[in-house]
Amino acid sequence: MATVAAVIASTHHPFYYRASTSTGADRPPFADEWVAKIEAFRQTLTGARPDVLVMIGSDHFHQLWLDNMPQFLIGKAPFYDANFYNEEREFGLPRMLLQGHEDLSAYLLREGIDAGFDLAFSNELRIDHSITCPLITLRPEADLPIVPVYTNIFAPPMPQPKRFVELGRTIRQLVEAWPTDQRVAIIGTGHLSLELGGPRQFGPHGPDPEFDRKAVQWIASGDLDSALAQVSLDSLWQPGNATHGFMDFMLMMGAAGAGVQADYTDSLDLFHTMEAYFTWYPEGAHAP
Amino acid sequence: MSKYLVNKFLYTIDRDPELVERYRADPRSTVTWWEAEQANVILNCHRGERSTWLTFTDAEREALATHDYVTLFELGAHNFLTLTLFIALFERDYPEPLAFQREYAARLARWSVPYPDITT
Repeated sequence: MATVAAVIASTHHPFYYRASTSTGADRPPFADEWVAKIEAFRQTLTGARPDVLVMIGSDHFHQLWLDNMPQFLIGKAPFYDANFYNEEREFGLPRMLLQGHEDLSAYLLREGIDAGFDLAFSNELRIDHSITCPLITLRPEADLPIVPVYTNIFAPPMPQPKRFVELGRTIRQLVEAWPTDQRVAIIGTGHLSLELGGPRQFGPHGPDPEFDRKAVQWIASGDLDSALAQVSLDSLWQPGNATHGFMDFMLMMGAAGAGVQADYTDSLDLFHTMEAYFTWYPEGAHAP
Repeated sequence: MSKYLVNKFLYTIDRDPELVERYRADPRSTVTWWEAEQANVILNCHRGERSTWLTFTDAEREALATHDYVTLFELGAHNFLTLTLFIALFERDYPEPLAFQREYAARLARWSVPYPDITT
């Protein structure tokens, strides 16, 4: 059976690439600390020696649109082009070409549908910064095949938070039962409190530092009971109007397991939004 | 209310570099052209298969024609689409990084939660 080499949850910050590669007067004052934290975080994936990456993110109205909006979608393609013109324009992100892992995609689709998730699929998917940002931070060589999993955290009506948790739990179980000897890292990115296009955007901190503090504690300790008790589709508007991205963190809490402490936790208080990084090494992963 | 159509305008302009510049330079004529020629295009269908019923309300048309992102917010346009396109339109006119984004926030300062509903 496959080995879950690591479960990794992270914020995805489209400004990291430009901040980390800029020099001289263009380099922001927080860049060096940010790069140091990312390089330490990267080691938690490198040391897990993965062969394939399941990447959970959310399309930001790039390929998926309101005339045909899936709630949960898995890509099944031999390759994925990545990043879009408006991400080059706003964030300076590079165009990328990623290799897919069609066997694992096909397996997760078949078994996931049979497990009760009516998953959408795509055979031609251009992926965006919700998946390329964690590749840039965690695996900049982008040399491993991926399975992209997209969730709708963006366009109401969205699935309930508990459904994200259940999908994460199911992905973990399915990967563990995948009949190969591959080492699979399950990586998902979301947001803590976040405001986009509203009065609280681009402040000196995230829009709701108290929510962020609680959220980091829930994730780091695997406290799904508290997260599910205090988070609802309605409540997530309160910390910031783009905070539904936290449901991707809840998916990763489902993948990591209820009550399971993260083996690695870090965060960085930036303007606009707080960064947070978590890694779990499942039992038997033989990671560092 | 046709929030979906407002979002469709923002989405289709934002993804096309030429349309971003056209909308920046001449918003009213771009909105007029788009509503006449593009509003009923079904994005993933053959161009011969069009919708027949999509139009802006007067308030939506005027907000788009005047680059009025405050009114778009109040009408329930999707916050991400509006922000992304308007950064592309106007960030370049501000000397400091994020200055436009902060002005955008300040102009919405009278709003507190709950914001206008973006559900389509």
